[in-house]
Amino acid sequence: MTDMLNLTVNGEPRRIAAGASVADLVADIGLTPAKVAVERNALIVPRSTLGDVQLTDGDVLEIVHFVGGG
Amino acid sequence: MTTPTTDDSWTVAGRTFRSRLIVGTGKYKDFAQNAAALEASGAEIVTVAVRRVNVSDPKAPMLTDYIDPKKVTYLPNTAGCFTAEDAIRTLRLAREAGGWDLVKLEVLGEARTLYPDMRETLKATEVLAKEGFLPMVYCVDDPIAAKQLESAGAVAVMPLGAPIGSGLGIQNRVTIRLIVEGASVPVLVDAGVGTASDAAVAMELGVDGVLMNTAIAEAKDPIRMARAMRLAVEAGRDSYLAGRMATRKYADPSSPLAGLI
Repeated sequence: MTDMLNLTVNGEPRRIAAGASVADLVADIGLTPAKVAVERNALIVPRSTLGDVQLTDGDVLEIVHFVGGG
Repeated sequence: MTTPTTDDSWTVAGRTFRSRLIVGTGKYKDFAQNAAALEASGAEIVTVAVRRVNVSDPKAPMLTDYIDPKKVTYLPNTAGCFTAEDAIRTLRLAREAGGWDLVKLEVLGEARTLYPDMRETLKATEVLAKEGFLPMVYCVDDPIAAKQLESAGAVAVMPLGAPIGSGLGIQNRVTIRLIVEGASVPVLVDAGVGTASDAAVAMELGVDGVLMNTAIAEAKDPIRMARAMRLAVEAGRDSYLAGRMATRKYADPSSPLAGLI
């Protein structure tokens, strides 16, 4: 059985297989990396390194994009 | 002979724009209406907010599908931030999401008035400028605060004409004018415009531009109002450049008195 990591993504609990990268998470959710920005444990993960950053159990992630605003 | 207005551009942090109207992208019925209003407004810059993606509906339409960031300058804002720390965090994410360093900083003091907290605003301006951001800063209509922001690294100061979303129009023309006279960076009225004449009043005070959202989005016909705002900003600018007549206490006939029958 694969180990699962427990994450908090945009305030909601989410699980992903151990060994997954931030890029894997973004793909798992179904997002286009070019349209979002990711913060992991309060630090920005540059888009170019999404595939290199391994997730660890308990990580808190914020994934944001642009919405209408004044 | 008419003076052409097409070359009356303005420059912020080295970037030159022809339109002096900046529009928001909030409160519209849908993205299509928003895009149509933007087109009618002639604006070249739009403000946008940074928010969490909906993880449970990742394929929902996005603003970028309707308003192309390659054609229109996105100005990420910090709306909803009440501390310098939150605003800085938001803009770091915005820079990562879009790659833009020209940003709109607003740090709010309280929900009821959405008045800016100038102490936090100043603090955030300093940090952002050091990190290479080019902050256009929403502020109180206070000429001294405007100068302090400029020294802290603001590339534009954006005093409110009236509270955000109030539509009350320019409440203090004197302070807006004092800010214009004291600033060496562009001054834009941000917030308070309710109708086209308000935008013209702002421009007649000599500001470099006007930023608005609700006045267009909450009009019964937002697309027509967007056009009205474009024309009002152009008219106000022309009026300012033309130099208005002096006022008099009493009447002065426009027709000659000589040759009366």
